[in-house]
Amino acid sequence: MVEILYFAWLRDRLGRSRETFVLPRDGGLSVRDIMDGLRRRGAAYEEIFAEGGGPIRCAVNQEFAALDSPVRAGDELAFFPPVTGG
Amino acid sequence: MLVDIRVQEETFSLDAEIARLAATGFDVGGIGAFIGLVRGDAGLAALALEHYPGMTESMIARIVAQAGTRFDLLACTVIHRVGRLPVGAPIVLVLCAAAHRGAALEATGFVIDWLKTQAPFWKREDYPDGQARWVAARESDEAAAARWDAGDPSEA
Repeated sequence: MVEILYFAWLRDRLGRSRETFVLPRDGGLSVRDIMDGLRRRGAAYEEIFAEGGGPIRCAVNQEFAALDSPVRAGDELAFFPPVTGG
Repeated sequence: MLVDIRVQEETFSLDAEIARLAATGFDVGGIGAFIGLVRGDAGLAALALEHYPGMTESMIARIVAQAGTRFDLLACTVIHRVGRLPVGAPIVLVLCAAAHRGAALEATGFVIDWLKTQAPFWKREDYPDGQARWVAARESDEAAAARWDAGDPSEA
């Protein structure tokens, strides 16, 4: 199982800040695979995770990650817009 | 190097933070300072800032560590506020203490430039009529960080 976190407008749009994602028993998914899986959870997901649906960044275990980064059971995967602090 | 990183709702006192660095006992010859404020663009009422607890602190620590090595810093303080901040309120404080001014000033620029592109904070603009809008990232911030050629702290 993977813990998924959402921040900023992604959280507003989805109406939740976290949820879980169950990995297939044979494991071995990438961030992109999980985005494809999430897209099936509803219209808001489809919009957000569509190709060109808006600039989204991600982090695996609190490290910036790429779409092809691997995700394993127990990982924390976060989706958020490009950062705007400072 | 003495490092102090805080993410907090409360404001901060420049005087108190400078006094803390001056009292470290290191041979501090200069302290570079940057203070970011909430700019009152187009009738803005307030900014709401959120962050990714845990990742924020570790990313700032990495940026500060890199600045410490590159500029031979003696001490560095970074305080970043979160929550709802009215126009004119201070958002962020970066203090870099070194033996000489060049390193102190350059390190301060390095830390704030990388913080803006690497630390997971997000700003929402709140307007008096109740409208709210998430701030989009700016390419000029990426460019500002990129000018510090040698080092993307996320790749350290």
